Amino acid sequence: MIKLQLPISEAAIRGLKIGDEVQISGLMVTARDAAHKYIHENWPEWLEPIMEDSMIYHCGPVVKKHADGSWSFVAAGPTTSIREEPYEAAVMERYKVRAVIGKGGMGETTLAGLAKSGGVYLHAIGGLAASLAKCVVKVHDVYMLEELGVPEAFWHIEVQDFPAVVTMDSHGGSLHKTIKAQSDEVAKKLIFG
Amino acid sequence: MFQYDEKVLKDQLLELVRRAATDLPEDVVASIKAAEQNEPEGSSARSVFGMLLKNVDLARAESTPICQDTGTNIYMVHIPEGVGMRKLTALIHEATTEAVDKSYLRPNAVDSITGKNSGNNIGEGQPFIHFEEWDNDYIEFKLMLKGGGCENVSTQYKLPDVGLGAGRDMDGVYKVIVDAVNQAQGLGCAPGILGIGIGGDRTSSHLTAKSQLFRKLPDSNPDATLGAMESKLLADLNELGVGPMGFGGKTTILGVKIGSLHRLPASFFVSISYMCWAYRRHSMILKPSGEVSYD
Repeated sequence: MIKLQLPISEAAIRGLKIGDEVQISGLMVTARDAAHKYIHENWPEWLEPIMEDSMIYHCGPVVKKHADGSWSFVAAGPTTSIREEPYEAAVMERYKVRAVIGKGGMGETTLAGLAKSGGVYLHAIGGLAASLAKCVVKVHDVYMLEELGVPEAFWHIEVQDFPAVVTMDSHGGSLHKTIKAQSDEVAKKLIFG
Repeated sequence: MFQYDEKVLKDQLLELVRRAATDLPEDVVASIKAAEQNEPEGSSARSVFGMLLKNVDLARAESTPICQDTGTNIYMVHIPEGVGMRKLTALIHEATTEAVDKSYLRPNAVDSITGKNSGNNIGEGQPFIHFEEWDNDYIEFKLMLKGGGCENVSTQYKLPDVGLGAGRDMDGVYKVIVDAVNQAQGLGCAPGILGIGIGGDRTSSHLTAKSQLFRKLPDSNPDATLGAMESKLLADLNELGVGPMGFGGKTTILGVKIGSLHRLPASFFVSISYMCWAYRRHSMILKPSGEVSYD
């Protein structure tokens, strides 16, 4: 188990390889479909201090608002990452994002981007929402809540010991490609005999 | 005439939603436990299964959603003759709104044209409610929460499929199902459960597939041909090695449930409804006496 503290350096991220199990602590931001579209169309400067040497979490949480106006996460597992494939490599390079956390892995453009700008893809466990919400120890802020709605807003959160597995690294490694190649072989036999 | 207290029924429906979102059914838990035992000590597959089971316990103990994607809320409602559907729909909507306020459900209804989230999980076609009249004297509400990740890998084939060498017969049906699960990999939050609809038109075929997902995992299909197909697919699909979350492992699919409909001579659809491991479904029966039971 490798502990990662945010913010994190490019060198530390380049030291990770597929199969590494990690636990993340520090400040990160959620962004999913509408948020990525918004970034890609506006490239806002206000995201720079939030994202640099930090991580993007593909997550649309269930939240609770307290009487004093503060928020907490009630359920917060990862969402499917591949929908951000058209945007992610450019977003990571522009904002020096060191990792995206999600589920299901991403494609060739992102994989090439990880190698170029120094990043990794971290796979969280889908459907682990109750447990992962416990790792979100504080909601620092929320951006564009009115425009994007609860699941799609930018939630700036502090996590502690958030578990994930490196499934795509900065050296061209992708666990998703390996598993797919193996299952393709089996499927071919089952289908064509 | 079937009579019920509206306020009481709304609260009972809210309890059904709470159970669906926070309490994974026992047959699913048992199936995941068996899958965990089947993986070698120290493997990442076994560790993932262990985390899933811990999350299930935590969600149940704290009454919080198992998964933050509380999904499309799919209701299948059976009513005796004479029970009004519009009133029941309104009560389901009320319970849904309250469930969002209590953080059992995420506001999950987005206007497709404007992109605006309705904020209360109510919208055109959301929740999805399907009514059928039956001969029994009680009302049955079946509810499944089906998330977007697994819905996105659900699919529909039409036979023949030249690329897969799949003809218009049960062998062709088998081939497209293998292809669908291989294409899905871990994206639908494997291990998944497959509801299959053979035949029908594009709409009825998918509805049949989804309806199959209300069956219990250990049951057997009353039709011998379909039952044999279910067993064969379950065994073969687990040879794919996709494993939990697509990390690799011996369990890719927890169950296969197949239904069939008559079709037009020209059409042969195979609909595959992929359900994630967080297979959230519960039901509630309301008797004429007002007595309620949950399953």
